[in-house]
Amino acid sequence: MDFSGFLMMPSELGLLAIFVFLLAFDILAAETRAMRWFRPVAIALMTVQMVWGFFPAPEGTAFGEMYVSSPLTSMMKSILNIGTLVVMLQAGEWLRRPENSIREGEFYVITLATLLGMYIMVSAGNFMMLYLGIEIASLPVACLAAYNKYKEHSAEAGAKYILMTALSSGIMMFGLSYLYGAMGTMYFSDMNAAVAAEPMTVLGFVFFFSGLGFKISLVPFHSWAPDVYQGAPTATTAYLSVVSKAAAVFALVLVLHHVFGALAVLWHWMLWGLSVLTIVVGNLFAIRQRDIKRFFAYSSISQAGYILLGVLHGSSAGLTATLYFVFVYLFSNLAAFGVIAAVENQSGRTDIASYKGLYKSNPRLALVMMLAVFSLAGIPPLGGFFSKFFIFAAAAQGGDYLFVLIALINTVVSLYYYLRIIRAMFIDAPGADAVSSFRTDPYNSVSLVLCTTGILVVGVVSWFYNFIAQATF
Amino acid sequence: MIPMSHYLIVSSIMFFVGVYGFIARKNLLAVLISIELILNSVEINFSVFNRYLYPDHLEGMFFSLFGIAISAAETAVAIAIIINIYRVAGNIDVRHIDKLKH
Repeated sequence: MDFSGFLMMPSELGLLAIFVFLLAFDILAAETRAMRWFRPVAIALMTVQMVWGFFPAPEGTAFGEMYVSSPLTSMMKSILNIGTLVVMLQAGEWLRRPENSIREGEFYVITLATLLGMYIMVSAGNFMMLYLGIEIASLPVACLAAYNKYKEHSAEAGAKYILMTALSSGIMMFGLSYLYGAMGTMYFSDMNAAVAAEPMTVLGFVFFFSGLGFKISLVPFHSWAPDVYQGAPTATTAYLSVVSKAAAVFALVLVLHHVFGALAVLWHWMLWGLSVLTIVVGNLFAIRQRDIKRFFAYSSISQAGYILLGVLHGSSAGLTATLYFVFVYLFSNLAAFGVIAAVENQSGRTDIASYKGLYKSNPRLALVMMLAVFSLAGIPPLGGFFSKFFIFAAAAQGGDYLFVLIALINTVVSLYYYLRIIRAMFIDAPGADAVSSFRTDPYNSVSLVLCTTGILVVGVVSWFYNFIAQATF
Repeated sequence: MIPMSHYLIVSSIMFFVGVYGFIARKNLLAVLISIELILNSVEINFSVFNRYLYPDHLEGMFFSLFGIAISAAETAVAIAIIINIYRVAGNIDVRHIDKLKH
């Protein structure tokens, strides 16, 4: 047998090595003093993996086109790496608590397993690989959602996630079976040549798209997101709302371009309707939320609509704008979740009311949260403004002025509810049970500094946009 | 030989019975069984398409095999979570799993 295909996948092998090493570390060092070193080692290894991912990977295909590697896929993997590293930095403090410390290692190991699945999703050249990648990326996340095993909320979130993800992958597979029946192959390149607007192909595509829509939490398929985001531990919520979502978006982008390019006339309007619905419904429901994790669930639903707007036009500018948007969204959303994690660890509360007077007690956390929220809303000097601008520019280039108008109106609506958090932190007087002043965990501080730098720098320095642009097709 | 459409009708019925069960059943284990129905209908589809339309390759059969393995993993995780719910909440009725705000 020829093993040379493995040379094509250095980042997967590196990640697999880290995964096996940490698993062995966790098993062998359980309940000894060596576990003190687990977190620094895990984070150092993940940093190495992230840096290693920036080096150009070999281009081409392996295992008979099952696996595809290109500058675009390594760019996507690098974005996922950064997200995972930040989540690992933020999770540490919560994992150190007495009720979790015995299971500390599991969190990192499971997270890396899902990251491996996301690599496979992004690099798939065949629908079977894509399906396996999606399953590897989503099944362990259910374990992470149910991680607080003595809390009913967490168990409920885990059950909702695993059942919805199983249903969605069932629907997706049903679609894939019809696509296979219509075209007789599962390889992206062969399907791209064979695809035609026949009823069976269209039916298969709609089922497949619905299945993937669950993972991105597009609107008719979003009902699981608020419950799971609220009930799951904050680190898991951050992971779900950024890394999982980004991987699903990347897979969708690649499949739409590489396989269903010929059906663009059909999916264009379907996607158009879904993104308008996603933006509007996400925004309207976010207005009336009281729990901050639930609030960010709806906010991330509406952000998914903006991401789709870039996918819609299939142009190179649209694709670059999509990746850039995800990149900025990663920093903004993770900065917000870093603050949420810090406050939750201190006070045990996640309602927006507990943020009243945060500026007085913890000014730096409040400032990071402000930057994150302004970036998500798209206020000018921050990254979020530029990412939205490029998305709108790409849509306007495609002549879709109606959509740009709807999206702009929704940006104003979103500003309203994002400002509620700002008001709670800066203007409202702190209540009797307000969060007292505290020191943030050093690892979490590093992640917050990283995210804040990302928000401030990525928008202004055009190098990032050009770097992403030269990797896209 | 039985015509292909017969198999497809059976698998479609199985799929939609599974979707109905997912929505209508009140016990988490019954919901899980409904999901298994969906996944099995997909595996029938793949095998039938492979056998009748493209008998010279085995792609559909392989997909079925992988699908069976994955659905076993899915069931394992789901049952672990359901057991945990039973320990924490005392029952596995869907109507009682509504502690998160609607």
